[in-house]
Amino acid sequence: MVSRIVRPMIAAGLVGVLAVGCGGVGGGGGGDAVTLSMMGFGTGDEIAKTRFDEANRSIAPSAAAAGEGSFDAQQFLAAVASGAPPDLVYMERRLLGTYAAKKALVPLGDCVAREGIDLGQFRPAAIAEATLNGELYGLPEFYNNRMLLINDAVLREAGLDPAAFATTDWDALAEAAERLSVTDAGALRRIGFDPKIPEFLPMWARANGAELVSVDGRTARLDDPKVAEALEFTVRLIRAQGGWAAFKSFRDTFDFFGARNQFAQGQLGAFVMEDFYLNVLAEHSPQATVTVAPFRGRDGAPVDWITGNAWAIPAGSPHAEQACRWIKTMTDSPTWIAAARERARVRAEAGKPYAGTFTGNVRADEVIFRDVVQPSPAVRTVLETQPSGFALPAMAAGEEFKAAWQEAVNRVLDGRQSPAEALAEAQRQAQAALDEANRGS
Amino acid sequence: MARRETWAAYGFLSPWIIGFAVFMAGPMVASLVLSFTDYDVLTDTRFVGADNYRAMLADSRVRTSLANTLIYTALHVPLTMVVSLALAMLLIRAGRRSAGFYRTVFYLPTVTPKVAVGVLFLLLFNGQDGLINRVLALAGVDGPDWTVDPAWIKPGLVLIGAWSLGSTVIIYLAALQNVPRDLHEAAAMDGASAWARFRAVTVPSISGALFFTLIINTIGGLQTFDEVYTAFYGSANQQTYGSDAALFYVVYLFQQAFRFLHVGYASALAWLLFLIIVAITLVQVRLSRRFVYYESE
Repeated sequence: MVSRIVRPMIAAGLVGVLAVGCGGVGGGGGGDAVTLSMMGFGTGDEIAKTRFDEANRSIAPSAAAAGEGSFDAQQFLAAVASGAPPDLVYMERRLLGTYAAKKALVPLGDCVAREGIDLGQFRPAAIAEATLNGELYGLPEFYNNRMLLINDAVLREAGLDPAAFATTDWDALAEAAERLSVTDAGALRRIGFDPKIPEFLPMWARANGAELVSVDGRTARLDDPKVAEALEFTVRLIRAQGGWAAFKSFRDTFDFFGARNQFAQGQLGAFVMEDFYLNVLAEHSPQATVTVAPFRGRDGAPVDWITGNAWAIPAGSPHAEQACRWIKTMTDSPTWIAAARERARVRAEAGKPYAGTFTGNVRADEVIFRDVVQPSPAVRTVLETQPSGFALPAMAAGEEFKAAWQEAVNRVLDGRQSPAEALAEAQRQAQAALDEANRGS
Repeated sequence: MARRETWAAYGFLSPWIIGFAVFMAGPMVASLVLSFTDYDVLTDTRFVGADNYRAMLADSRVRTSLANTLIYTALHVPLTMVVSLALAMLLIRAGRRSAGFYRTVFYLPTVTPKVAVGVLFLLLFNGQDGLINRVLALAGVDGPDWTVDPAWIKPGLVLIGAWSLGSTVIIYLAALQNVPRDLHEAAAMDGASAWARFRAVTVPSISGALFFTLIINTIGGLQTFDEVYTAFYGSANQQTYGSDAALFYVVYLFQQAFRFLHVGYASALAWLLFLIIVAITLVQVRLSRRFVYYESE
């Protein structure tokens, strides 16, 4: 049994060492050409490839070697533990706090000053997500917004106006969800409205005037009665549409990324979703008419929870200076604009639409959506909503905090606990994890 | 001469000895030491005595995951053994040519990666659109939501676990081929029914194989990870919806080590499972003295 733990660690260690070795960490400092190693990033599309090439040009004759796949905690831990960390790491911004608290990442203050990086070009919410205890640990990349996506055909069929569909009035929303939901011979055939819990609980809590955690990321607020009220409402929505088991089983049958997706098939009335899904719908079911609207709180204000990835430099990075310049270029506005132009060109050649790329860089977005793509009404709505974006703050125990509230929601969905009980338990777990992780800092 | 032969024997054994020391014994000792520390790979290791073991006692998710794993094993092992034995009994009656074909068919799922089995579980057992419920519907049965309903997740996993019983079938087949034919003939001449011959001749004759598969499948059941992790925790999306009913012990251990970076605590969890496996195996070995028949005895 023990081997199940240690063997993967050793194997991961070997993989990490080999990965770094293959990265060709040679040369040393000074003016020698070196090859930067990285983890968590692959040049899968033209947005990635164009920026990667630009970033490499910025450190020529040195260059970075692209990795593959997404960030793998095992691989990263093994590399750091073996004393051979990569020069660069690309991970979700929400993970930065955990690694930063353990001093596995270097604060970017010196890097920003040395390279003259203009932090004003980045969206404040993205910077906040990458900042722990006042120190910036990552340069933000994408800016994933969460919007309300409404299936026009389904709403019209039910006699509802897509433009009037909103999340402001919860009683009206519950009524609309039930009206849109379709059950046939006991089986769910259409979800009227999917609140997307557990994952979007932070939005529902904020919509009800609550936050899951304090601004400094140190105090959990999961037991706020307003969070419980938000959870109770969203669970009630699901129970009114067949109950969790039927609801989830039916949702799992969706051809989410295909031409027979839930919008094309009329299997869903409306849901809250990341903006990337607009590209999926544009690509696979352009015939489906979709209204995009901000997800609004009960006070009517837009609630746009944003997330994304960031570039960070691990502690002990052998070539931290080149790494700094590389990530500066990678996230700079001219680089994003060049990448967007290349994407537009490739898509046009293929006769496919390009809705644009939402970045964490305000200046890049201004040019992309003015000169490179003509925003559709849906994209325009996202652009107008973006300034109200909020992020969960960086936390020293981000994963444990997330697990605590998500598991609490699952216990409620399974019918094992009431919202208040589940969130009280989650509060205890989350606060204990935060206290432990923040001990001494 | 004898001395030279001894060294030669050690020489031939050395790849295994080195492999065992480096990849098994060494890490086991290391994890035992780590189980008494607060270790997260990234920061300094801190000796915490028995704190990790004390924390396990208070951790409700240890109890949940352990209960899930024990329930799964208690269902999985008998089902696997009974179905495998039934299939092996059928195989031994098949003609030589068809036996080869069926042996291959039964064994094929065993070489299917467990990760694929996890994905297959989600597809086959979907409560709305899965093949299993479609077949049940043909018989007029309204199937459950196997992949979401906490009451049905473990039974579903037990059924999909039976997917890869090929190895057990092959072991039973080999054992059945060695059952003395004259004993069956003598019993038949004495008027014993087929059931009586199975109970009094076949089962004692293959009891060694039954005991071996009992131990192997029990250990395998307690260490179940790949298919459950793939189905319920493999991606960020699945992790979000991970049901407590699918929280198996090794999955929880993995989460503690590589999601929450509590490697010291995970090492203590590993040692608890190791001790549980040793205890269950010792009980099985003790009981086997009464039920297992060895020809040499």
